[in-house]
Amino acid sequence: MPVVDLANPTRFLALVNRILPWLIAATAILFAVGLFRAMNAPDDYQQGATVKIMFLHVPAAWLGMFGWALMSVAALGTLVWRHPLADVAAKAAAPIGAAFTFICLVTGSLWGRPTWGTYWVWDARLTSMLVLLVLYFGVLALYWTAEEPGRGARAAAILSLVGAVNLPIIKFSVDWWNTLHQPASVFRMGGSTIDPAILGPLLIMALAFTFLFVTLHLAVMRNEILRRRVRSMRLIQAQELHA
Amino acid sequence: MSLGPHADFIVAAYAVTLFVVAALIGWVVLDYVAQRRILGDLEERGLTRRSQRKG
Repeated sequence: MPVVDLANPTRFLALVNRILPWLIAATAILFAVGLFRAMNAPDDYQQGATVKIMFLHVPAAWLGMFGWALMSVAALGTLVWRHPLADVAAKAAAPIGAAFTFICLVTGSLWGRPTWGTYWVWDARLTSMLVLLVLYFGVLALYWTAEEPGRGARAAAILSLVGAVNLPIIKFSVDWWNTLHQPASVFRMGGSTIDPAILGPLLIMALAFTFLFVTLHLAVMRNEILRRRVRSMRLIQAQELHA
Repeated sequence: MSLGPHADFIVAAYAVTLFVVAALIGWVVLDYVAQRRILGDLEERGLTRRSQRKG
């Protein structure tokens, strides 16, 4: 099937129905392996066993940001090409990205208390991540409260593009400002500073969370396409009743 | 496997994550079932989308 055919919602649905079971199986296997490796990873010499929280916190942070990046790319599809699937993709990514950002903030807070001695500090990394969650709530509010879905989609697309400014701020906040949050330790010039015994399970968990994100995203996109079909059929029904 | 003196924080982090992911999966599954049911009801009443109509 040529890639361009996926722009057709019916063909897209057929593809999603075919690949979802495989994605669910791959996600389950990755989580089983990742959690087994995470639970058997050695303690960190400074953090002790609380390093196990990092196996949730770090992938959730990456995917919270990935969700917004995805929405920003999809926003271009909505605003420039006005393609309905672009808006479906953006709308589907919002609740998932918000959930991962929430997990990142809560698990970070639970890690911070025993390690830093506090659940929260208003440092640049934590604050910019909290701003991301607020932005997610803003986009969700636009989708849920717009009377006309097209108008809500355009407003959400504009907010997605404007909010994308926050992504480099989150990423480089630890370099630009003096933060309590540690600087990048996985993807950095000169290689990772994390011991392979901890980096291995972390990367497997990151892959598992990525598969979970993709699986959920495709499933929510399928639901959204069905919801739009229901809406269009109800509109036709209403028009026929008035004719 | 020992979780050390901060076991409560580790268990809480995993519990919150499990709860949020489970809620997300539950919402997706219930929404899918609801949309399929509504679509089925509409089709049973003879309604079709414009793209499905012939001629």
